[in-house]
Amino acid sequence: MPFLRIFPVLGAIVMVFALTMLVPLGVSAWTHDGAEAAYPLAMLVTFAVGLLMRSAVWRVGRHLDLQARDGILLVGMVWTLLPLFASLPLLLHFSGTASPMSFTDAYFESMSGLTTTGSTVLVGLDALPASINLWRCFLQWLGGMGILVLAVAILPMLGVGGSQLFRAEATGPMKDAKLTPRITETAKGLWSVYSLLSLACVLGYWLAGMPALDAWIHMFSTLSLGGLSSHDSSFGFFQSPAMEWVAIVFMLLASCNFALYFVALTKRNPARIWRDAEWRGSMALLVGSGVFIGGLLLYKGTMSDPLDTLRVALFNVVSIGSTTGYSTVDYTTWPVFAPLFMIMLSGIATSAGSTGAGIKMARLVILFKQAKREMSRIVHPRAVNPVTLGGHLIDSSTIFSVLGFMLVYGGTIIGLTMLLLLTDMPFDTAFTAVVASVNNMGPGLNEVGPAGNFAGLTDFQTWVCTAAMLLGRLEMLSFLVLFTPGFWRK
Amino acid sequence: MKIIILGAGRVGESVAESLVSEQNDITVIDQDPARLRLLEEKLDLRGVVGNGIQPSVLQEAGARDADMVIACAAADEANLVTCKVAHDVFNVPSTIARLRSPEFVEGDELLGKNGFSVDHVICPEESVTRYIHQLISYPEALQVLKFADGRASLIAMRAAHGGALVGHTIGEFRERFPHAQMRVVALYRLDTEMEATKSTRILAGDEVFVLADTDKIRYVLGAIHNIDKPVQRLMIAGGGKVGLRLARSLVGQCEVKIIERDKTRCEYLASQLPSNMLILHGDGADEDLLLEENVGQMDLFLALTSDDEDNIMSAMLAKRLGAGRVMSLINRRAYADMMQGSTIDIAISPAQTVIGELLTHLRRGDVAAVHSLRRGAAEALEGIARGDVKTSKLVGRKVEEVKLPQGTRIGAIVRGEGRSSVVLMPHHDTVIEADDHIIIFIPNKRLVREVEKLFQVTATFFG
Repeated sequence: MPFLRIFPVLGAIVMVFALTMLVPLGVSAWTHDGAEAAYPLAMLVTFAVGLLMRSAVWRVGRHLDLQARDGILLVGMVWTLLPLFASLPLLLHFSGTASPMSFTDAYFESMSGLTTTGSTVLVGLDALPASINLWRCFLQWLGGMGILVLAVAILPMLGVGGSQLFRAEATGPMKDAKLTPRITETAKGLWSVYSLLSLACVLGYWLAGMPALDAWIHMFSTLSLGGLSSHDSSFGFFQSPAMEWVAIVFMLLASCNFALYFVALTKRNPARIWRDAEWRGSMALLVGSGVFIGGLLLYKGTMSDPLDTLRVALFNVVSIGSTTGYSTVDYTTWPVFAPLFMIMLSGIATSAGSTGAGIKMARLVILFKQAKREMSRIVHPRAVNPVTLGGHLIDSSTIFSVLGFMLVYGGTIIGLTMLLLLTDMPFDTAFTAVVASVNNMGPGLNEVGPAGNFAGLTDFQTWVCTAAMLLGRLEMLSFLVLFTPGFWRK
Repeated sequence: MKIIILGAGRVGESVAESLVSEQNDITVIDQDPARLRLLEEKLDLRGVVGNGIQPSVLQEAGARDADMVIACAAADEANLVTCKVAHDVFNVPSTIARLRSPEFVEGDELLGKNGFSVDHVICPEESVTRYIHQLISYPEALQVLKFADGRASLIAMRAAHGGALVGHTIGEFRERFPHAQMRVVALYRLDTEMEATKSTRILAGDEVFVLADTDKIRYVLGAIHNIDKPVQRLMIAGGGKVGLRLARSLVGQCEVKIIERDKTRCEYLASQLPSNMLILHGDGADEDLLLEENVGQMDLFLALTSDDEDNIMSAMLAKRLGAGRVMSLINRRAYADMMQGSTIDIAISPAQTVIGELLTHLRRGDVAAVHSLRRGAAEALEGIARGDVKTSKLVGRKVEEVKLPQGTRIGAIVRGEGRSSVVLMPHHDTVIEADDHIIIFIPNKRLVREVEKLFQVTATFFG
């Protein structure tokens, strides 16, 4: 078998993943929420499968250097297999209740978790066992910084192969910006920054008066820009301005490149964050849009109190724009411009290397500058004005890959929307469901809007949305390449 | 250890390749982003694009907490300035510069703390020249490495019919020459390592590694290989830096003909070398020229241009035209492995020869020398046992009590300093004394680290 050699690594990752189930198991045992039975079996199965895969090590040897191709395949396998294992606790738990969960729904739910999308097919979240809610949100936290980045950080067997994996999972147009000489250190650094911010976020929620367990659950889905919640009415459940401000701050922080924080910390130079063109772009766009929508709401008379309006507008705009997907109000009742604008924003506002998805600010800036260059070329045909980002020259192969990405991004959205329209779904539901899934954002409009959820979809429609989430998280190309015959040719 | 390497050229790449590991954080600085990307894909290191003499670039590469800077760019001046900047601005504790020009000598005031702050100088051309010179002095050997100020030597050679001991076991070897201070430390047959025990029989074609007292080298060579007559006539294709240095070192020792393609270079060579050395203007792979100059009468033909393919071709051609032995410089590892022992008798990989010297500067503790064998696959390490019974893992113990990693072997012990030193071939009950130089053969590069630990003296506060 040509790709046998990825199995030892895959097995190790699956085994580590099995261990993460200890977290909900612990919570379940501690709170006696009635879901204790689901985890041990799920964990055992996952671990056993991992061990089986790991046993391939006898065939391929311990020391292996993954090629670029192995990395891509491994990333594809990890991201399709882990949701499968992640869905086991859900399946096992719900099989014992009055309303068993179908495999389609369970897979959708865990994919939505790991890809940090935050769409859900479950209703009555408030009544679910605490550990089930925690597991859904914990998946988001794991998927946010990246499972493979975590694997690179903690598995010692990945040498050079580590950078292949890292590159295949990292988001953004420039994937080879190593922060430290060794890739393991880079991965560890990113996860440390992520964990530090996470702790700060829990503390923030707790100080704002959120119950401890809810604080953890919501921290998981805030920092990962996921947006799952333990309440049907999402963040609106708390009705607490203080918590909303905390959430706004941390959603904004998580929309930026975590590498920036790492560099700023290690070089003890916070000014580096400010100097980053992409950071300024993301912040300006998110905050500016929030203020703008607030003004619109006041102008149209939807809301009246200025400070309240500002907070509500900022929270919802930042939440949707940063691909988190919390909501405090049903924003679809706002003037028609606002919800559509927010959904469009979700495609572009987050930075490369953040936990968000979509096109990413870096690509947008590059495209924008490229367009400007084309225009100046009309006036000055012989001018030399290369595209730069933060003082670094962007070579034309990067620009081409950005253009290629845009093409595939647009194609994916149109193609999947068409597929949903085939099933007689209303246009606005279909389009926004696909956009929200591809951008890993969560709620769309209409049936799948903040007031509804994905439970009403047929199995086929659910699978389309599942695929959209996966494609969005892996930035299409590196997953789609698995379906080209050239990839499998020896 | 955090190491910054300047230059991603041939030397820089081999240095990075041999240093990259879990223990070392490597950053490479080069001006060519494409070159760095290739390196980043191949090895787990970080590339920084820029000119290494600029403080900002060094800072970006992490010079502030680097332990060592190895400057091996093509230009001497860049390497000198980089070391100066690294030392003065960033207080990097250790600097190594690759310097081509022979006028800069290690320990000179100019390279001292008030000068360019270069702690160690490496010069690939010089190392290669020295290496080749050894091979010329011992024509039967594939590789000759000196340890303990030259008191002991490790010789690699191919066993050939006619050698007194070929066809006999290593045990018989000892019986026959009981007083010979020599030991077979490793044996490779068809590129796989064989266990070198008493009952192992040496066959023609085996690659044998022997440790011996340097005075006894001739004797050892004769035992395994039929004695060749010393090299008298020698032809060098390529009069570059290595060619010139080598020719200089051979003045008065043998008859030398140098073929060089560039006319101006030929004239320069002629002005630098004594008139009895013949400088020929032409192509080293030109059959007519080789025939005309009697390549068939040559004891040794050396292809020393900077181009691998040219070297291989002219060396193979020379061999076919009847040259006694042919050697070729081959930079690419894959080519070198392919050619060694085929038509070409010895493939010399310049990068590997310099790595050995470099590693010596890099090893901490009391490791005096490390040399790559078999083009980097195995290593030989010389360490000095320090301390006493309590603090050392070696001193006061019998050889059989020392916990060596699997496969490694103690080859020889050099006891005493200077002229009064003796080379001992240790038996299982030989007791190691303080300040012994111990030479250890390591069949696998990965074990080097563990062997190094043996030489570290443990600090005991209460002992």
